[in-house]
Parts: sequence; structure tokens; C-alpha cells
Amino acid sequence: MITIVDYGLGNIGAFLNMYKRMNVPAKAARSADELTGAERIILPGVGAFDHAMELLDASGMRPLLEEMVVDRGVPVIGICVGMQILADASEEGKAQGLGWIPGIVRHFRSRTALGSLPLPHMGWNDVEPLDTADRLFSGLERDARFYFLHSYYYDCADPADRAAIATYGAPFACAVRKGNVRGVQFHPEKSHHFGAALLKNFAEL
Amino acid sequence: MLRPRIIPCLLIHEGGLVKTVGFKDPKYVGDPVNAVKIFNEKESDELAVFDIDATANGVEPDYAVIAHLAAECRMPLCYGGGVSSAAQAKRIIGLGVEKVAISAAAVERPQLIAEIAAEVGRQSVAVVLDVRKKMLGGYELRTRNATRAHRQDPFVFAHEAVVLGAGEIVVNSIDLDGAMRGYDLKLARRMREAIDVPVTFLGGAGSLADIEALVREVGVVGAAAGSLFVFKGAYRAVLINYPAPETKEQMIRAALAA
Repeated sequence: MITIVDYGLGNIGAFLNMYKRMNVPAKAARSADELTGAERIILPGVGAFDHAMELLDASGMRPLLEEMVVDRGVPVIGICVGMQILADASEEGKAQGLGWIPGIVRHFRSRTALGSLPLPHMGWNDVEPLDTADRLFSGLERDARFYFLHSYYYDCADPADRAAIATYGAPFACAVRKGNVRGVQFHPEKSHHFGAALLKNFAEL
Repeated sequence: MLRPRIIPCLLIHEGGLVKTVGFKDPKYVGDPVNAVKIFNEKESDELAVFDIDATANGVEPDYAVIAHLAAECRMPLCYGGGVSSAAQAKRIIGLGVEKVAISAAAVERPQLIAEIAAEVGRQSVAVVLDVRKKMLGGYELRTRNATRAHRQDPFVFAHEAVVLGAGEIVVNSIDLDGAMRGYDLKLARRMREAIDVPVTFLGGAGSLADIEALVREVGVVGAAAGSLFVFKGAYRAVLINYPAPETKEQMIRAALAA
């Protein structure tokens, strides 16, 4: 069973619809009770970093989530801002992140390589997995592209935690991974068959 | 490589899907949910849905319809029509919509842009500017289905909107709505140079070649169209369509290489 953490952010319905079409059992969890027993966890998110952390704290699910992910190694994937809060902190706000994958979320404008490119980084971009054996990207090694909508990017403390890169001005980590914790900056739930394949891979990890 | 976004734009009027010409004469072209399903199959880059009655009639956005469309939509969705408060925008984003478009309410009270951005994040705020060519040159900003003229210069206002928190500017040419004879490339270039957020142009596309010309002119951009994706042939027979992935990719590569 895939469990989507519904703490008030992100398109929960889009994930549920995607999995329904694939006949993969999935449900949303709005409380610690509903999160109990999750085998795979999706942590969605849109909007601002601090707002996401506030809502996650207010949801009452954070202590159990940390126990499941950190102590018991349940596979988790953060999506968009749900990925960014895996970091230690963000230039966007003052809140502390979950700190599951060391790094700081930075604004694209802080990189000179961006030049005069518009922000947010909006639209379909190529995603290049760095580890060809990574099962999250099975079948997506060539031609994979996903929908992005963001102005901040994950700056991993350890480059080895980068799982995939995309290029906007310069390459940046658009997917991160450390053990059972993963995150993607793009929106697989809105990326047609590419996104469906990635979500299916996550369900089968 | 970030690609230009090719975006079908669907207008909702009296519960049905319509297409206008010069913002007038809505012609019924089908059912909105059915159209969304077809664009899912065709894997369109994004979808924009504008309710052209909500602001005109002074009513709230139809949340039940938006929720239904968002649940069906497997691509990013932008909704516009009748949004005049941050609370409404937040509710719409909560229904699973990626971007909320505002137009009249933003022109009449620009601070609304900042209020919505604070609530949903600026990446989810699209400001739609309906513009018309002035007789003596230049462009004017109009709202409420082009019935009301405003004194603000569209380019200055676009810049102000970005400063306040717009994550995207959608420029809608009133003159070219339904005309299918190409985008206003001069307008596109001036707007591209005026702001540093993604811009989407709507109005005028009659063929894939028109989209290619737009991309050649301004690079990676949003190319939105109504008629092009709902009509086929000289007699404007209703047929929902969208370029095949290979055709689109070839066109984009050719346009960006130029």
C-alpha cells in the first residue's frame, strides 16, 4: 500500500488517480493513525518551505513519520517542496527542514549560471539519472522528461546524494537519494507517462 | 533542455466548452471534461481553463467543476475566472490545480497579486493581461471580456505584477482571438523583454507554424491556443486535436536552433 501524506499541501488527488489507473493500492493519510502501517510513503508539497514545515508539524504526523523513515527505513519520496523539506534548511525561509539528506535549498538567482533566464523554472525539462542501476528510473534512462515548477533547488552537501540532474542555466540536482529517502523536484503526478512510470517504479522498489 | 509549453486554452461558458472570436460570439464546441480526457491522451504540455462567465456575472468560481476537471487532468492545469481573493485562490489550489489565473481583479487592485502569492506561492500565480492594439500605435489593457479599458500601460503593469508576485504573465491578444493568422510577434518580443518570469501568449495561433514562429521570435515561452486545438479545416469543424510528440519535438528543436 502506498500512503500519501496529506498535511494540507500538494495534489493528493492526482497521485491517487495515477495509482488507481495502474491498479496499485494507494491511500491518503491525514493523521498518525492513518499513517501507521504504510509500506511506501509519498510526501507531496507545493508553495513555501516554512509553510510546508508548519503544516507538517501541525498535522501531528511528523513524529511517526520520522520514526518510520529514520528508524525503520520505510521508503519515502518527497515531491517538489516535499523534496525540499528533506534538506536542513532553505534560503526561502527560517524553518529547519527534516534534515534527512544533508543540504541547503537555494534560490536559482544565487547562481551566476542562471543569467537572464526567467524564474520560476516552469515547464518540461530532461531528467538525467546519475546511476543507471537506480530502479526509480527504470525504463526512463533515455528521453525522460518531467514537469517542473520551482525557483529553488536542492544543493546537496554530498554530491553522492544526487540521484538525477536537470539543466537550467547549469546542471542542478532534480532528484536526491540517501538510503530509503528520496526526493524529486519535478511533478511525476503531472508528467504523463513519464511520471506514471516513475510512480510505478517507486511502488515496486 | 527546457521546452516551450504548448497549451490548449479552453473557455467555459454556461457549463459548456466554447470558442470566441474577438472575445465575442461564443460557439459551443463540446464538453470540458471530455476535452480534458482527450488532451490527457494526447499528452499536452499544460492545460488552461478559463470560465468567461464568472467575473462577468459577479459569481464565485464553480468549485465543483474545477475539482472535477483537476481530478481528470493528468497534466498541469491553470484555472482562471472569477478569482478575486486569496482565500478563493487557496481553495482552488487545494482542489489540485497548479496555477490560478487572475485578471480583472488584479488590474483593479494589484495588491491582490501579493496576497495570493503569499498564500499559494508565486509559482502558482498567473496574471492574465487582455491587450488590444490602439489605433495610434501601442497597446491598451482591457478587462471583463474586453468591455472595460484601463489607463495602465500593459508592459509597465506586467512588470509591476511580477514585482508584486506573479509567477507567470499570460498575454491575451483581443484583436487576434479566434483569428488564426499568427501571434502578434511584436507584442511578444516587447513583453518578453519587459519581464523576467515565464510568459505565455494567447491569441492568433492558426497552425503549428505560427507556434514555431513565436518560439523563433522569443525562445522558450508558453504558446497557448484555443481555435487551433478545437477546430479543424477552413470550415472550423469541431475536432479536439494536439500535435503528436515527435512533430512537436521536431518543431521545437528547429525553432530553438534558429
